[in-house]
Amino acid sequence: MKRQPRNTADAIIIGAGSIGVPLAFHLAHRGLKTIVIDQETSIGQGSNKRAIGGIRATHCDPAKILLCQRSIAVFSTWEDLYGEDIEWYRGGYCFVAYRDEEAALIKHVVSEQRGYGLNIHWLDRSALLDCVPELNHEGLIGGSFSPDDGSASPLLAIHAFSRRAKQAGAQFALNESVTGITQYRNSVKGVITDRAVYEAPLVINCAGAWAAQVASLVGIDIPVKPDAHEAAVSEPVAHFLNPMIVDIQPSPGSSNFYFYQHATGQIFFCLTPDPNQWGYLTEETSGFLPMACSRLLKVMPRLSGLRVRRTWGGLYPMTPDGSPLVGWAESLEGFFLAAGMCGQGFMLGPGLAEMITRMVLGEMTGEDKKIAGQFSPFRKFASEEKLK
Amino acid sequence: MSDHRINTHPILEISERENVDFRWNGVEIQALQGDTIASALYAQGIKVFGYYPRDHTPQGLFCANNQCSQCLVMANDRPVKACMEMVKAGMQVRSLDDLPELGNFNGKLEIIPSETVQIPVLIIGGGPAGLSAAIELGELDIHTLLVDDKQCLGGKLILQTHRFFGSTELVYAGKRGVEIAEILAEKVKSFSSVEVWLNSPAIAVYSDHKVGILKDGNQYIQVVPETLLIAAGAREKFASFPGNTLPGVMGAGAFQTLMNRDLVKPGQRVFIMGGGNVGLITGYHAIQAGIQVVGLCEALPECTGYRVHRDKLARLGVPIYPSHIVKQVGGESSVESIMIAEVDQDFHELAGTDKTFRCDSLLVAVGLSPVNEFQLKAEKYGMKVFSAGDTSEIAEASAAILSGKSVAQQIACALGMAREDKPDLQGMIEILKSKPGKILQSNIFPIDRDVYPVIHCHQEIPCDPCAAVCPLGLIKIPRDDIRKVPVFDLEGQKCSACRRCIAACPGLAITLVDFRKDAKYPTVSVPIEIDTSDLLEGRGYLAVDERGQPLAEVRLIRRFSMKEFSGTTIIEIQSSREIANEITGVFLKEPLYRNETGLSCNQLKQENEYLCRCERVTKNAVKELIIQGCRDINEIKALTRAGMGACGGKTCSTLILQLFREIGIPEAEVIPHTIRPLVIETPIGILAGKSSRAENP
Repeated sequence: MKRQPRNTADAIIIGAGSIGVPLAFHLAHRGLKTIVIDQETSIGQGSNKRAIGGIRATHCDPAKILLCQRSIAVFSTWEDLYGEDIEWYRGGYCFVAYRDEEAALIKHVVSEQRGYGLNIHWLDRSALLDCVPELNHEGLIGGSFSPDDGSASPLLAIHAFSRRAKQAGAQFALNESVTGITQYRNSVKGVITDRAVYEAPLVINCAGAWAAQVASLVGIDIPVKPDAHEAAVSEPVAHFLNPMIVDIQPSPGSSNFYFYQHATGQIFFCLTPDPNQWGYLTEETSGFLPMACSRLLKVMPRLSGLRVRRTWGGLYPMTPDGSPLVGWAESLEGFFLAAGMCGQGFMLGPGLAEMITRMVLGEMTGEDKKIAGQFSPFRKFASEEKLK
Repeated sequence: MSDHRINTHPILEISERENVDFRWNGVEIQALQGDTIASALYAQGIKVFGYYPRDHTPQGLFCANNQCSQCLVMANDRPVKACMEMVKAGMQVRSLDDLPELGNFNGKLEIIPSETVQIPVLIIGGGPAGLSAAIELGELDIHTLLVDDKQCLGGKLILQTHRFFGSTELVYAGKRGVEIAEILAEKVKSFSSVEVWLNSPAIAVYSDHKVGILKDGNQYIQVVPETLLIAAGAREKFASFPGNTLPGVMGAGAFQTLMNRDLVKPGQRVFIMGGGNVGLITGYHAIQAGIQVVGLCEALPECTGYRVHRDKLARLGVPIYPSHIVKQVGGESSVESIMIAEVDQDFHELAGTDKTFRCDSLLVAVGLSPVNEFQLKAEKYGMKVFSAGDTSEIAEASAAILSGKSVAQQIACALGMAREDKPDLQGMIEILKSKPGKILQSNIFPIDRDVYPVIHCHQEIPCDPCAAVCPLGLIKIPRDDIRKVPVFDLEGQKCSACRRCIAACPGLAITLVDFRKDAKYPTVSVPIEIDTSDLLEGRGYLAVDERGQPLAEVRLIRRFSMKEFSGTTIIEIQSSREIANEITGVFLKEPLYRNETGLSCNQLKQENEYLCRCERVTKNAVKELIIQGCRDINEIKALTRAGMGACGGKTCSTLILQLFREIGIPEAEVIPHTIRPLVIETPIGILAGKSSRAENP
């Protein structure tokens, strides 16, 4: 086959999603000729567009904390830097407790997070009600509040990254399915799709829920499997709610439940199904809305009359311990994994993209090395994160 | 009483209703019992319900059907859709110029888990197709649940005041839509095996084969049907032109709802865009309601609806502009004028052909698309799903009635409960679905007789009431193909001049010429279906031919109606022998609906042209993305919010596809918009299963 110049690059990113697109932006800015390949016709059509947009740095895992702090810095300054509104709103996050069990857990986590220097506090009942007056008063014990967290539009943000990536020379090969990854003497050589052949010494697997299939093309087995979650959005109302509200009290059929008011005035809500819904089915199920809406009302009865507009499903590419897999494949030179974001790809994306850029360019900082150690794709999977 | 109410109507009964007082922006307004907020406001001539939060353009009633949220207002401090919320005494209603405040919650929370109901057959939609399917299933004693989002059965039939075409024997041709609705609904109610939930929209078909129903608008019930029949009808396509979101621009469904259900005039002077059956019929309804029809334009060189419908309108003095498009609508806060222009065969505008009219509303009737989202989902999820009526193919209500019956037989088969003597309906369904045929040569009038009907019906359309009602069987239409034009064949017999054919013809296309009293000046009997109370016997009126062209002045002798054909008046006029066969109507009033040319185009205030009205996305914004190479409607949605509004892309998706075509992108290259539930926005409290007791503050 005659090689076409456009098909040769310095880096190929598989997956035009929450990680791949900001990564393309950074790699292209650093002068790497970058091609992003995705099976969908336009960017962000996998899990990105299904994300509800929450962004927090208040994790329990130092690696996620550092990356998300960077992400928040990127999201919060984007409009000032580039003049594009990505609907960033710094409303904070609030984990609420209506039982002693949750109160104890949240307090414990808050003290741990404060140890990492995070701006988060435990608020008792009256302080919390001052902060979020619409919460159900009945039985409320208190909750955490982290004012620096926020939200943005995944749809607008990914397009903003893509515009800058294209300006810096990145190319997008959309509507192409990866069918093979070529190798030469234990080094990656390129990617074959159903439409073309691409060559690059660096291939980065950002394929989200499909990352395990991509890795298996080169015989690498990664423990990433999708868990289907559902979400919904309401009609818009005037702004009344600042933070994302997270209710971690388990309920039949679901563990965590969370909702927030987006910059457009709409309430987005989502829950973590219990047990997990393994697989690729993102179709709406009949159980979600009654379950989610009753959880919503328990925390905020005033939402009773608000109308639900739309509902949809999406995939959380899960790993055994809830942390991403980021790093070089041991068995194949030039093949990089950035997978298993466990439903946090949107908030991790900008920070992670910066770090991966340094990793592939050999410019890792000390902090990067710590994070990379924690996210090593070949680590031993032991414990689960306390608050996902 | 405001003059926006319809106080007399030739067909619809106007019953006395009690007054209900409420406040609109602090001012007391009188409404009538049974008014929605929207109809009460329209009855006062109030069309602007608020301003769109982001760009402060005026908005008001659009779909009148709970689909969009253009009519959102605050009622007692709760945001409500004015088209759905009934007026209550003392209600405080105010307009919205920004996003509404979150409504208050009073009362104690009480969550009752939602019910699940199992049923052999679930029918979504109680229009002609759904009702006739329910009747067939009822006759077979198959347990059936029929849900409909409206307060009464009949679907769009209840808005139709004209007599229907089709087969008299099989689908009640010759009766009015409102009458057919009643007949079908009564039959459905007679079966104990058929349960009906009114005011109960289906909101989603889920992947686990459950169908979410909002029972009586306030209880969420999940139905698990063994078989599912989608008979949800059609929705109207919208059009794009500058000013298309101005209050006063609405579809035929909304117009008919205000006019024929709520008995409120949507405007005093309406212009109609679209010469298909829907546009033509709604124009006719408007005249019946006492609304002036300023004109009708159709982009094609001929109206595409039945010729007789077009002619009925023309005979009432409505100017019809074929090969004309709407260029723009003007007005400060609601429609004040419209500009149309002539186009060539490729729809390119011809310079210097602008015509401007003063009007206060524009009725858009540019085609229908099936309401098939439930069907697509159910098929995808592998449910046993069937469809009937417009959901399976856009056609006349007569075809829908028969297709419902036929599909019900298929459902019975699927359930192993089929009829043994299953009649084959397919042939007749195909006939009823057929598009209007070419215009044939005029029939030859048998003027050698002294009394005879003149049949002004020259187009093959499926219709047979004239043949069915003739007591002597002198009007003939082949039973196996009722599309054939009727032939009057005396066969040596004599027409009894009973005039039943005149009254029964849905196209008002039969007259009777009678030379028996006067061989020189025959009497001509002509049917009319509009208010005739100010007609004066003995006075002269302008007679017009079939197409509405003036013939000569004639004298009105008398008028009468026949008990069996209520709502239709027969007028007898005396004319000269020469024109007697040609007379098909008279201008009952001076044709005041003529074009006003005094307006110049700069008096029109140019508004934006929106593809997505829910999110106010302009045509230019979408066009720019397409030109940049965007081919995925989901990407257009992500970037512009087109399709993210209350209606969920029901209005904009066809307009976006149309824009792709306009730009020259083949449809095969375009990735369609992903359809997601809910079909209708539904309160969180109801989905949670909150008891309705706690609901109303």
